[in-house]
This record gives sequence, structure tokens and C-alpha cells, in this order.
Amino acid sequence: MQLLLKFQFIKVILFALVFLVPLITTSQITISGTVVVNNGKGIAIAQAGVHVYWLDSTANILTNTEGNFQIPYNNKTKKLVFSYPGYQIDTLEVNRPNIGKILLQKEIDLEEVIVKNKIKPLQKSLFDVQNVVTVDSREMLKAACCNLSESFETNPTVDVNISDAVTGAKQIQMLGLNSPYLLFTQENIPSIRGASQIYGLSFIPGSWIESIQITKGSGGVQNGYESISGQINTELVKPLTDKLLFLNVYSNNYERYEFNSRFNKKISENLGTGIYVHGNLRNGIIDNNNDSFLDTPLAEQINLMNRWQYMDSEKGWVSFLTLHYLTDKKNTGQVNFVPQRDKLTTNNWGSEVLSHRLDISSKVGYVFPDLPYQSIGFQTSYNIHDQNSYYGLNQYNIKQNSFYTNLIFNSIINNTQNKIKAGINYSNDFYDEQVNDQLLRRNDNTIGSFFEYSYDNLENLSLVAGIRMDHHNKLGNFLTPRFHIRYALWDKASLRGSFGKGVKGANIFAENQQLFASSRSVEIIENLGKIYGLNPEIAWNFGVSFIQKLYLWNRVLDFSADYYSTQFVDQVIVDWENPRNVSFYNLDGKSYANSLQIDLNYEIVQNLDLRTTYKYYDIMVDFQSGSLTKPLQPKHRFFSNLSYETLPKFNGSQWRFDYTLHWQGKQRLPSTSANPNAYQMESHSPSYGLMNAQITRVFSKKFETYIGGENIANYTQNRAILGYNEPFGTYFDSTILYAPVLGKTYYVGLRYKL
Amino acid sequence: MKKLIICFILVIASVNTYAQNKNKKVSFEVKGNCAMCKARIEKASLKVKGVKYVNWDIPSKHLKLILDENKCTTLDIKKAIALVGHDTDSAKTDDKTYNDLPPCCKFRDPASIHLDHGTKP
Repeated sequence: MQLLLKFQFIKVILFALVFLVPLITTSQITISGTVVVNNGKGIAIAQAGVHVYWLDSTANILTNTEGNFQIPYNNKTKKLVFSYPGYQIDTLEVNRPNIGKILLQKEIDLEEVIVKNKIKPLQKSLFDVQNVVTVDSREMLKAACCNLSESFETNPTVDVNISDAVTGAKQIQMLGLNSPYLLFTQENIPSIRGASQIYGLSFIPGSWIESIQITKGSGGVQNGYESISGQINTELVKPLTDKLLFLNVYSNNYERYEFNSRFNKKISENLGTGIYVHGNLRNGIIDNNNDSFLDTPLAEQINLMNRWQYMDSEKGWVSFLTLHYLTDKKNTGQVNFVPQRDKLTTNNWGSEVLSHRLDISSKVGYVFPDLPYQSIGFQTSYNIHDQNSYYGLNQYNIKQNSFYTNLIFNSIINNTQNKIKAGINYSNDFYDEQVNDQLLRRNDNTIGSFFEYSYDNLENLSLVAGIRMDHHNKLGNFLTPRFHIRYALWDKASLRGSFGKGVKGANIFAENQQLFASSRSVEIIENLGKIYGLNPEIAWNFGVSFIQKLYLWNRVLDFSADYYSTQFVDQVIVDWENPRNVSFYNLDGKSYANSLQIDLNYEIVQNLDLRTTYKYYDIMVDFQSGSLTKPLQPKHRFFSNLSYETLPKFNGSQWRFDYTLHWQGKQRLPSTSANPNAYQMESHSPSYGLMNAQITRVFSKKFETYIGGENIANYTQNRAILGYNEPFGTYFDSTILYAPVLGKTYYVGLRYKL
Repeated sequence: MKKLIICFILVIASVNTYAQNKNKKVSFEVKGNCAMCKARIEKASLKVKGVKYVNWDIPSKHLKLILDENKCTTLDIKKAIALVGHDTDSAKTDDKTYNDLPPCCKFRDPASIHLDHGTKP
């Protein structure tokens, strides 16, 4: 019994020991110290009322008026926390009973640090199903680019050519095919087509452009069947998102002056309007190559636009109304030519091109507020284009009235992995042409419907399949399928493929107006077709592209390669091979355009970006005289752009430098062997390079100036115009142009924005 | 007759209760941190049959959905989300899946929100 009691006792003792010892030990040691703060003059003063507690425990004590505290030791965390409003929380690891003075630091309100990654002004997407290059307005600041035709100078996807030595009109090419094979849209409404094909690119001022999307290959079905080698969509600035005010003036050493302004006003939260004005004047009588012909035309343009934008994102409405009017006058030819005196005479050779154009377009979009994936869009546009012109003794007038409307419905099947687009469009083009004494009138209209399905497996595969069915009053009924697929091979790499069909009726005169600036006669070899007696052009385009983005020495490198092939089923051949004439006829045989482009872009050091591109073209056409490569088309092209900008200071000031090199290999020239020796050209042009450079000085977010040079190595074509000494003779020809006529150009400009 | 009427009423009532919305809007919280989480959450929920549209908002952690009630329930989606590593009020992910998430996505650790949510794993 006693033994039992003893045991009980021992148990109690043991129990007490086990449970009390830790208590005793903890209560035995107390930690003490003094909390001080800086009084603002560099002197430490005691701080009362500071919370002191062990990490992960809630019990806390406060410091007394001398800043002292005593807290029982907690050996579990050993981390003591000091907290006082307005000061940074401090945590100490306690390793001795008296930890002395603890200085609390004032809480500094650190402003949020934002790590920004600049989006490059030229974007190639990894995720888009189609091969799209997006060019934003910053890219357009890299060159003087007064209008859309000049905004591709720093862009390797598109080649810029000059149509002839007289008018100086810049034309663009993609995949080795001229601009008529491209579909231009302005905010997804077909724009530069038909009558405006040659000069239309100079009717959109560069400073009105917000961004450009360049789709290589067949593109989508939504905007029609006409695109064969690609689509170029231009987004203009929008009143609700654009700057309040923008002003730009430009002038160059050849007396070219440009003025651009944009003024926007928000009438309410949802409604805005913008007035955009552009004017240009080219006043310099320049004949540096002494061929008695102006090297660059004299020109005047007034260009006005008014836009209205309505947006109510809660109710899902968005709407635009755009009114655009311009008048453009070009005057070129021999230096001594006086239009009033010499027009349509053989006194002097001269040309005037007078264009008026009115565009009205409206868009309404509605997104179902309860179904964010479902929307309806309605677009309609009407335009009148009126060009009156003569080139020497050749007269050419064209009037085009166009109406276009498009209704589109977007939705999903099952879920947002499967999207559909369906719609109808109608277009009507009325052409009234006068080619010398020949009057040509026609009315083209099309009604069509389209359906597009896109699928995304949310991982590595996406595709877009579209088809359209059209009825054209001259071309009949036809189907236009187009297909795009993208597969992500591995991290940051995409492989794309596409194929599609395109159909178009050739506007042979409007698209080849330069023929009038020559003594060539026009020959149309008709074959009972409906447009100028010719059949429509039909082509298939196939393409594959690969893009890889990666980090090399911590900087982004992107590499891409693409190969496209356009195979013509039928084509309206423009045959310049006989120097006495230009003939138009339908393809009999084969015609194809293959192109390979390899790009390598890298940021060499911070803010120093290099872009390099190599392009290879293989374009063969079966002419009546035999199978030949396309004339005036280099087989090899090389492009390089180097741009550097300093880090912007707080007020936005910085320097920007930009340098571009275009090199093109030798080009086959149309045959001139039927001419007498004095009027013959070589069979091939030499290869040459063109260099542009620009320096921009940004003074503040509001104001910047720029200075630059184009063709600074001063490369020009030796003899740009054949038979210039006898412009009314048999051998006069300005159409064989492979290099610029105008030598080095220097310009200055300034921009002001609010 | 009386029975028949009761039956009829019951049928009507049940039809009414089961007349389900084909475009039902649902919103609930899903735990997560970053854009990588967003892609994972959205992908998992969109793959549930009947889900038409998803959008996970990073700041508010709310997942907005449009779904066909005849084909799936909110719980189906929560379970699907739990399978890829994210918690909701009624479905928690298992530790194995959670532990396999990249560090920046480990939403249960309050410090993870401050991690670099870059592309590097």
C-alpha cells in the first residue's frame, strides 16, 4: 500500500517535473530591450506603445514610456516581432536576454514598381492561326512616311516599288505579286481597289494610321474573294482613344511640304468625334538627271476626314461613322511643260492626274451583353472616285462608284473552343472609263455568303476553315475555300500552314496606268471573257511558315521562315516584252510565284534592335513569246534595319536612331531588243542598295522633331526614260524602271501632341 | 380524377423546376495567383461538357462561366478545377496535384503571390 503511495507520489513528481520544468524554464528567462525610433533629426528617441510579440503567437505586450519591454522567452520561435503604426514591422531572432536597442524604420511608401516590357513596334504572333505581321504607329515614325505607300519602308514583308519614271507612284508587292493581287481593307472594309489601285496608297496619310495588319497568304473569307497573295488591313485612329491634338509638319530638300493634324473631342463618355486634316504640296522642279523630265511630280493634296465613334461597352454597342474627302492633283512631265499651254499638244510632254474621292462608311457592332462570345456586325460603305488624267497625248479618265455592305454574325458551337462566323455581303461597282476615244462602261456586282469555323484545342493546335459562295454578274457562281492551321511544336515555336483560293477581274487600265506614259500601243487579245473581253484571274495560294522565339543571352531573338507558292489557274498577263506595245491576254500555260523569306530579329544590347531579312523569289510566267521570269523583279532581296533608342527620361525625352538598308539583286528587264541600239537597255539591271536613316529627338511627351535622309547613298537609275529626247517618238518609254529616279532626299519635321 | 389532377400538377411542377437555363451565368471564387493559373483554370473548366464560356479574373479570383444546366453542374466544374490543382469552396485539390504546381501558382502559401510569375518555371 505504502509502496503504491510512493509510486503515486513519484508519479506526481514526475508529472510535475515533466510539465512544470518547461514552464519554469520559460518563466525563468525574460527578454528585455528598448525600442527607439528616429526623431527625424537623426537622434534616436524611445518609443512607447510598440507591440512586441513572438512570431506565431497572439499575446503581446507594449513598450513603456521609456521604450522598454520585458517579455517571457519563447524558445519555439525565438523570433520577436516589433510593430508600431507608421513603421516597418521588424522581426529579430533572439539570442540573448537583453537585446538592447531596436531601431524601427519609418515606413516608406514605395510607389508601385512596374516592370514594363516594351512591345515591339513590329509584331509577329506566335498564337495567331494566320501569318500576320502587326505594324503599329511607332513603326511608322521610323520613316518620314507621309502616307500609306511610304509606311512599308521599314518593313520587310512588303516590297515597295515605283511604278514608272514619270508618275513616281509607289506600288507595293507581296510574295512577288503586285498590289492588285492584294486585298486592302480599311477597318475591314475593302478600300484601295479598282480605280484607286495605283494612287490609292498615297490617299491615306501615315499619321492617321493606328496600326496595320499584314496577312501573308490567302487570309480569311470575311472580306471577299479577291485577295490572292495577302491582305493588308489599316486601322485608323479612333476619336475615343486617340490623343486630343496632334500636329505634324514635314518638309524636304525638294520642296515637298506636308501638314497633318488630328483633333479629337469627347462629347460624352460614349461619344467622340475627330477631325483629321492633311495637306501636301510638292513644289520643287527637280531634274537632276538632266533628261528634261521632272524626277518627282509636282503635287497638291487636300485630305479631310471626320469620324464619329459611339461606344457603350455595358450595353454592347460600338459604332463608327467616317466621312473622308480628298482632292489630289499631280503634274509631271517635261520641265518646260505648262499645262494651260501644252496640254495634249506635242509642244512638250506632260501629264496631269486629278483625282477626287469621297468615302462614307459606317459600322455598327453589337455584342450580346449576356453572351460575350456572340456578336453581330454590320458595315456599309459608299465611295465615289473620279480621276481625270492625261499622259502626253494619251487620255485616261476613270470614274468608279462603289457600294459595299457586309453583315456578320459571330458565335460559338458548344464552347469558345469552337467559334463560328457567318455572314453575307453585297458589293456593286460601277466603272466609267475613257481610254483615249474609247468609252468603257461596266457594272460589276456580287452577292456572297461566307462561313468560317475556328477551333482551338487550348494547347498547341488551332485552325480556321472558311468557305464563301459568291454570285458575280460577270464571273458567275464560284466557291472560295480558305484554310489555316497552326501547331505549336515546342515552347515558343509555331508551325503554320495555309491554302486558299482567290478570284478577281483585272482592271487592266487602272492597274497599269504607267503604260500611258510610253509610246506603247495597247493590245487586248480577247477571248470572249466578260471584263475587257478577258476571263477572270484565279489562283491558289499555299504556304508554310515557322517561327521560333527564344532568349539568347537574356534577350529576345526571333527567327522565322516562310515559303509561299501562288499557282495561277488563269491570269491576265501584262506583257511588256515587245517594246512597241503592251498586251493583255489570258494565261495559256503555267504561271507561278514562289517566295521564301527568312527573318532574324534580335535585340543586340538594350534598346538596340536589329532586323534582318533575306527574300528569294522564283516567279515564272508563260508569255506568248515563251516562258520567262517576271520582269523588274529581283530574285534576291536583303533587308536590314537597325534601330536604337535611349532610355526615356522622366519627362519622356529621348533620342531615337533608325537605319534601313534595302538591297536588291539584279532584275530582268523587259526586252528592248526590237529597238535600235540607242534605245536598247541591258537584259538585266545591276544589283543595288538603298539606305534610309532617321534621327528623332523627343523633347517631351508633347514635342519631338526628326531629321532624316532617304536614298542617302544617292543611287539612281542611269537612264530612267528611254527616248526622253523624243517623247512623242516611237521609242519613248518610262515604264522600265528598276531603281529610283530621285536621288538623296533630306527631310525635317516636327510633331506636337496633347 | 383527383389523383390525376395531382399527378398533372406534380408533372407541371417538376417540369418547372427542371426547366433549366441553357445559358446560365455562374460565378464563383477559385484560388489561384497568376496568368499560368488562369490558363490552367480556364482550360479545365472549358473542357467540362456544357461549359460555353469561361473567364477567370486574376485580381478578384472570380471565375465567370456561361453553362448549359442540362449538361453540367457547378460542382462538375469545381471538381474538374480541383483535378488540375485549384481549390474552390466545395472541391479541394489533393496534395499531390497541388505540390506539382509551379512555385508561383502555389496559392496556399501567401508568399507565392509575390513570386515572379514570369515564364521561367
